[in-house]
Amino acid sequence: MARDPQAALVALNRFGFGARGGASGDFINAASDPRGFVAAELQRPAAALIESPALQSTSVLASELFDFQLEQKAKREADAKAAAAKTAMASQEPAAMMGKAAPTPTNVRPPKPAPNVIQRTFRAEALARIQRASIAECGFLERLVTFWSNHFCVSVSKGQPARIWAGAFEREAIRPHVLGHFADMLKAVEQHPAMLFFLDNQQSIGPNSRAGQRGKRGLNENLAREIMELHTLGVGSGYTQADVVALAKILTGWTYAGRQGRLGEAGSFIFNVNAHEPGTIVLLGKSYPDNNVAQGEAALADIARRPATATFIATKLVRHFVADDPPPALVTHLADVFRKTDGDLRAVSHALVGADDAWRAPMTKMRSPYEFLIATGRLMAQIPEDPGRYLYGLNVLGQPLWTPAGPNGFADTNAAWAAPEGMKLRLDIAAQVASRIGDNRDPREMLDLIAADAASSDTRQTIARAETRQQAFALLLMSPEFQRR
Amino acid sequence: MECCESRTSLAVTRRWLLLGGASFAAWAYLPKFARAAGGRDPRLIVVILRGALDGLAAVAPAGDPDYADLHGTIALTRDGPHAATELDSFFVLHPSMPQFARMYREKHAAVVHAVATPYRERSHFDGQDVLESGFAGPGRVQSGWLNRALAALPRGERVSSALAVGATAPLVLRGAAPTVGWAPVNLPQAADDTAMRLFDLYKHRDPVLAQALSQGLQLDKIAARGEDMRAKPRNGIGAMQITARGVAKLMAEEDGPRIAALAFDGWDTHANEGGPVGRLAQLLSGLDGAFAEFESGLGAHWRDTAIVVATEFGRTARINGTQGTDHGTGTVALLAGGAVKGGRVIADWPGLKTANLYQNRDLAPTTDLRAVLKGLLRDHLGISERVLAGSVFPDSAAVKPMQGLLV
Repeated sequence: MARDPQAALVALNRFGFGARGGASGDFINAASDPRGFVAAELQRPAAALIESPALQSTSVLASELFDFQLEQKAKREADAKAAAAKTAMASQEPAAMMGKAAPTPTNVRPPKPAPNVIQRTFRAEALARIQRASIAECGFLERLVTFWSNHFCVSVSKGQPARIWAGAFEREAIRPHVLGHFADMLKAVEQHPAMLFFLDNQQSIGPNSRAGQRGKRGLNENLAREIMELHTLGVGSGYTQADVVALAKILTGWTYAGRQGRLGEAGSFIFNVNAHEPGTIVLLGKSYPDNNVAQGEAALADIARRPATATFIATKLVRHFVADDPPPALVTHLADVFRKTDGDLRAVSHALVGADDAWRAPMTKMRSPYEFLIATGRLMAQIPEDPGRYLYGLNVLGQPLWTPAGPNGFADTNAAWAAPEGMKLRLDIAAQVASRIGDNRDPREMLDLIAADAASSDTRQTIARAETRQQAFALLLMSPEFQRR
Repeated sequence: MECCESRTSLAVTRRWLLLGGASFAAWAYLPKFARAAGGRDPRLIVVILRGALDGLAAVAPAGDPDYADLHGTIALTRDGPHAATELDSFFVLHPSMPQFARMYREKHAAVVHAVATPYRERSHFDGQDVLESGFAGPGRVQSGWLNRALAALPRGERVSSALAVGATAPLVLRGAAPTVGWAPVNLPQAADDTAMRLFDLYKHRDPVLAQALSQGLQLDKIAARGEDMRAKPRNGIGAMQITARGVAKLMAEEDGPRIAALAFDGWDTHANEGGPVGRLAQLLSGLDGAFAEFESGLGAHWRDTAIVVATEFGRTARINGTQGTDHGTGTVALLAGGAVKGGRVIADWPGLKTANLYQNRDLAPTTDLRAVLKGLLRDHLGISERVLAGSVFPDSAAVKPMQGLLV
């Protein structure tokens, strides 16, 4: 096959996480067979899995979280008691004693408390994800993981369970299915404790359920609405408010077991029949008889199969990988494949990589902050042992890991990532990274690693003429060849 | 992070050092000088100016009949509102360097002119490699000449002064001999010069990003105030003084490092270089302030101190179409310190007639920078000529140490 440097840039940057430094030979390999370079990873679905003795399952994490919360509660109560006792004491002591009570060292700062189990877990999960993206060959699989993880996002800002579970959610509900069937991913996501917590379904009670009859709480539509609006059909695809209520009722009882584990292993998905709305429910014109958890599973399976879902997913995929304004022909093509294969995501991904339109479209997309930082680390041939610098960079650049502002995830358009303030901050981050590179790296050679003869003469000249290696490397990281995909 | 050199991570006890836009490293041990018994406890500071200093602007050959024409609108003059300082009947010093001028009068500062490393191409990186590695050609970046010189010194006590390890030590001091170092860990912002270079690239390649970056940097507002960002290298000026102050304070201590290397960026003046005022003037002012900080901070040790300031190459003798100068060859090296036999401009002046210029464009080098450095290392640190021609500056036997640089 003829060598194709421009297509290599597309393969590496549009579909992957960028060329790795060192002796990876990524650009050479991508140039000799661009499509094969990307598609090779589709033959290895297991490569999307992360299994590590350092990482725990959601239910183990739930036990650790519950223990931690109990400890905190006990500590707060003890502190409150001690404070109350002290106040009582102080009120009885003569004023002269006050000065002796608390010797306060003036220049000793309190030691930084050791990270708790939630913080430790978050960092370990972040590290595993960053390391995997750093070592992946093309990185197409990891790009798919980040796409689906953002599509089905949770936000750690929701609370402690979301923070401790965010990584496990991705490992358990997203990664096993990125080359599987969409319906399976959908089910795994909507039954995952992290999603149930994030979208409040553990609080949703069927009005006519046993718990609803007793009670105080009622239906919560949050999960049902976002499933249809954000996860499957897309807004404006024809479902109504009545459909939202219907799906919310169908999903009542979908929750996770609490600390005592009366209904199942603590922190695992359970169906709580006491909260489930009884009776047959009509959703999108179809009747679903009440057969407990199977009612919701059937409803989700049907939603996954609807044409609107195929179009919605195809549009988002093309917008992510190809262009802010997705070429309609490519969207139609992917949606057709999605429908014909019953949502086989490997087939859909293959269709994307195999479509000429996906390769011909000009490289107008910006790398997201995550893609930018990962690509930078890959170029420097770094496999981090600590996620700190990445997490810092993501915070600065407005894409804090697993912390989107809402359930619609981070934006996937240039308006979000090529904004003026963002560009300035990106340059600052690039300069910070560059200030740490050593004199034994030649930025001109690094340009060859990422773009070779696909690099523009302007960029080549700008880098060659830079005043220092560090400046040259910062300019390389900010060059259109590195930023655009 | 690169860490091929052996550097020591010590507690960050000197937070005041964590500022600035320069990097600094020092040798980790006190050298046991053979001459220490004689009362001299020498300090050596090597300052690298990255980007290529215009030697004809810093120390101008006002007596050369071709100078004023070549340097055109940015040439220095002996009179007028921003008159340059006379160093002798031929050379003048840039007016933004009053401290260096005073040291020169006090015979604690000297200039070597028409000097260059053996490098004759025009790439910054390669030029800096040659300057700092001490090899005759580029591509040798494992260690620097200062480090290899230190390896030849008898090693004394370990320096106890704690320095935070920063990003990267300048190549000149990298290598097998252990060093401690500091560099700004997190530059809060990219340098303006970097931003402007990126803006230029975007203008040519990516107008959308050019507009976004321009807005992000608020270039419009700056332009509306009538300022040219490139004319104000604001990050660099204060950083030079602050860095010098920190280095001097450390080196003044009894157990402080005796030998240090640092690098200042920003000297690549392709456009709007400025003459007696402007961008280069501000940079030179920052450098001048650094000299003053070294002097005051080192106190009684100043008389045993030698500072050498060198750059990778010079710039074109003739200014270009954007009121700047492009990459050239011959330039200056500056010496300062109480140990320096100052009050002189040392030059075998080649002249600026077109035929005398190197490749018809640059000040022709008549002095090998290695001769200057060898002279310093031999007379200040007592390193033998044999070692200097062998491991320190390989393949340089023909380049003899310059005589009599020190008092």
